[in-house]
Amino acid sequence: MKAFLMYPDDDFALDGELPPNDAALTQDLELTTLWSAMAAGDSFLFEVAKRAMLSSLHSPDGIVFRQQVLSDCIENAAVVRDLYALSADALAAERSVWGSLLSDRPTSMLGTSVQKMELLVGCLRRLREIAGQHAASFHSPGFTRFFATLTDELDAAYFELVESQLEALRFTSGMLMSAQLTAGNKGIAYTPRWPREQPLLKRVFDRSGFSFTIPERDENGFRALGELEDQAVRVLATTLAQSVDHVKSFFQMLRVEIGFYVACLNLRDLLAAKGEPICLAEARPGTEEAFSAHGLYDVTLSLASRERVVGNYVAADGKKLVMITGANQGGKSTFLRSVGVAQLMMQSGMFTPAQSLSLSVCDGLFTHFKREEDAATESGKLDEELQRMSEIADRICPGSVLLCNESFAATNEWEGSEIARQVLRALLEDGIRVLYVTHMFDLADGLYRQRLGTALFLRAERGGEGARPFKLTVGEPLSTSYGEDSYRRVFGKSISTAAAGSRDPGRS
Amino acid sequence: MTLPFRSILFEGETDEFETPEAPAFFGDLHLDQILGQLVSGREEYELGSVFYRPLHDARAVRYRHHVLTELEQPAVLDAVRAFARGMQQMRERLALANRLHYSLQKQRWFLDATVAYCESVRLLAQRLAELELCSSGLVGLRDYLVGYTRSDEFSSLTVETRELLEELSQVRYAVQIKDARVTVSPYRDERDMSAEVERTFERFKRGAMEDHRVRLRDYPDMNHVEAQILDRVAKLYPDAFARLGAFYVRSAQYLDRTIGRLDRELQFYLAYLDYIEPLRAKGLMFSLPRVSTRTKEEHATATFDLALAHQLLAEDRMVVCNDLRLSDPERVLVISGPNNGGKTTFARMYGQLHYLASLGLPVPGSDAEVFLPDQIFTHFEREEDIETLRGKFEDELYRIHEILEQATSGSLLIMNETFGSTTRHDAVAVGTEVMRQIIELDALCVFVTFVDELASLGESTVSMMGTVLPDDPAVRTYKVVRKAADGLAYAAAIAEKHGLSYEALHRRLAR
Repeated sequence: MKAFLMYPDDDFALDGELPPNDAALTQDLELTTLWSAMAAGDSFLFEVAKRAMLSSLHSPDGIVFRQQVLSDCIENAAVVRDLYALSADALAAERSVWGSLLSDRPTSMLGTSVQKMELLVGCLRRLREIAGQHAASFHSPGFTRFFATLTDELDAAYFELVESQLEALRFTSGMLMSAQLTAGNKGIAYTPRWPREQPLLKRVFDRSGFSFTIPERDENGFRALGELEDQAVRVLATTLAQSVDHVKSFFQMLRVEIGFYVACLNLRDLLAAKGEPICLAEARPGTEEAFSAHGLYDVTLSLASRERVVGNYVAADGKKLVMITGANQGGKSTFLRSVGVAQLMMQSGMFTPAQSLSLSVCDGLFTHFKREEDAATESGKLDEELQRMSEIADRICPGSVLLCNESFAATNEWEGSEIARQVLRALLEDGIRVLYVTHMFDLADGLYRQRLGTALFLRAERGGEGARPFKLTVGEPLSTSYGEDSYRRVFGKSISTAAAGSRDPGRS
Repeated sequence: MTLPFRSILFEGETDEFETPEAPAFFGDLHLDQILGQLVSGREEYELGSVFYRPLHDARAVRYRHHVLTELEQPAVLDAVRAFARGMQQMRERLALANRLHYSLQKQRWFLDATVAYCESVRLLAQRLAELELCSSGLVGLRDYLVGYTRSDEFSSLTVETRELLEELSQVRYAVQIKDARVTVSPYRDERDMSAEVERTFERFKRGAMEDHRVRLRDYPDMNHVEAQILDRVAKLYPDAFARLGAFYVRSAQYLDRTIGRLDRELQFYLAYLDYIEPLRAKGLMFSLPRVSTRTKEEHATATFDLALAHQLLAEDRMVVCNDLRLSDPERVLVISGPNNGGKTTFARMYGQLHYLASLGLPVPGSDAEVFLPDQIFTHFEREEDIETLRGKFEDELYRIHEILEQATSGSLLIMNETFGSTTRHDAVAVGTEVMRQIIELDALCVFVTFVDELASLGESTVSMMGTVLPDDPAVRTYKVVRKAADGLAYAAAIAEKHGLSYEALHRRLAR
């Protein structure tokens, strides 16, 4: 019995393998902010959200499957939250039964398992009731099948059978076991048996057996009897303990899978309260290189600020390279992050932060962001950057998307541009889509002059007074940097001409 | 006329093959290390005394060679190993029968032991009969087993044990435990609870889960409750248990003496084969040497120090092999060369080669021909605390004198780093004198020395040297090769490497 709410035919593994660049993605896209919002204080949900977003789906069909389940969840939020609470209750109930810490004897293990199973069966009954009451209001293939499974597998006759067996396993009227002899005439293959139904009279006068009684004070004798019972119920204890594990793992899996959608509901509630738009993205096949958006915004920035944030309009269908240039603090990084986060959200089956979005699935998302915090020397920084790019190159494959934020800016512009040109050329020819934020004019301008049909040039510009982030517009790279402005704003004074000139030998 | 089979180690009647103490040279040649590893896990067979006794007769060595040649065939080896395992199981069961307490339990362990015995003897006889054998040892054994397994004694033992075991394995019973009351009754096919419970929860099953199985203590012993139950099971099956009791009383002396001896002696071969197996797997060669007590012409190809090879194997390091050859009238290998260049190892290897050959075992090397010495003498520098150098030198001389007194022309002498405790002049003088005596004795000898002069004292000495890499004299190859002693060449090469040779130093000083 499975939930199958994340994949039509597979479990969602909370302990599966994450992409090797999960740490970089988490850091560069500031995903922790997003997951915290989804968790709403439930650390378990944080893990689930993290897993789901980092282990992307790669086919539009798989994405649609989750989007449909998610739509059901939005329609029936209360029922979904009930299911999540029930699965948590079941696990808590199972944990509340403590086995003896001092004894791993099969008989005591069996007793513990019987208690646990009785509690779990109670939760299964509740689950079955929810399915009976609400199945009709769910329409997605995922939920339809889940409720049908519950209805089929957990009927009244089944609950009756389970409860009668659990009662028998308490062995209130003694234990009957079969055995045979092995080497040294030791008893072996002790197997617990159902007592044969016999008329009372026949049983009373049955003289085929030989009996003896353990004297009251014979402690060793009673211990030996206990050991025999242990041998007899060993398999049974194992079986029931495993059955408890299986039922428990059913609830665990349910908690994980329902949990993902509960986390989505949590995020939706927050965004809805701010009036931020969300939409179910149209997931396009990777080969189409689709990327068009209305109002695409950086959800983590929105979560971190009180006001709504500005979204961008993008029409980059068929583009293999998007170069983003322009003013410092002009929203370049924000835009890059909004694309990365939207990509991951879409490929986990979530809604996306945009009014509308049509996006190709990618086989892998990679980020190569300038790391401000590295206090290494200039040459060390470049070395570190190249090292990271080399690690990416080890793993990246055609159909992937690479987000570059100020890559190779650790060295002078000539050198940085040349490295970048070489890297970009190889990546693009090998079928990798790149979004590249840079203020290296040499690089951007050189690419622009090639007039590539598959490249799009966006520019961040200061719009009206103070409003941030700025909208990106299509436009050629401008040689004027806004760094001077930023400097002045921060330092309250201008950069001297000499200093500005010497800052960049490539420009003089 | 062939003698009846008695032993797989000795042809014909040889009963006194026990030599309880290790020869004096065991430690010097690291044979103690080899033996220690070889018998580890086989202590019960007390194999030491077999290994302490070298053979001095080529015919006796060949008896073992022939057995070993056939024993190395997988089919023969399998058969023999299976027999050994069976006999081991038999001994374990007999030990339980003797140690344990309740009579129904003792009787059954005794039965189980005889079952193991009959089965392993029968299987060995059957498998050897199916094989083409020609070594007199194994042919003798096969014929012996044919006779023994056809004997009334063995066949009735086999039939009886089989029937009894079959009968007891049919025993089924039920035990009802209710509070303090235990009832043993016939089993009536009641339904298995475990299976039904498993089926009930099967629908929740998902892949592999944690294994909850509790390991119950598995001891052959029985407590008094088990014993009481067993007594009542015996009442349910009175005939079977009566037969078991009678068998126990009647069959105490079932073990055949020759079979018992065979079991131990086979371990001599198996232990050695198991010991060299990992080395063979690494590509090192072993071979049965041609042995002689007449000619002292010898050679060995790609041979090595067996103890060292095992140590290197454990450290996953390379084993260096060496060749040697003595053609008449050569008798003495004089080894010189840089320190730690493999000289002592070579000397030890030479001693091991002869000792292992004298045991009739395969020796390290792809091909070998060796003389069977009447005695082996070793002189290795001792750690002993002798206060003065003079005392040490004298002590050395004393021991060498003793060796020369006892040695014959048929002996083997291993002299390692002799006279390190005296002046070069003394070492040359005394060394030359000792060497002349050895030459006169006409004994085989390895003489490790730093005294070049000893390497060319006549046509019976052969000079060999430890070598270094030509490009980098700091790297020893551990190859010891026939080469005239040239003690200065190494020092010159080392100097060159550090730019301190005449030319190098001249150029540097000329700047």
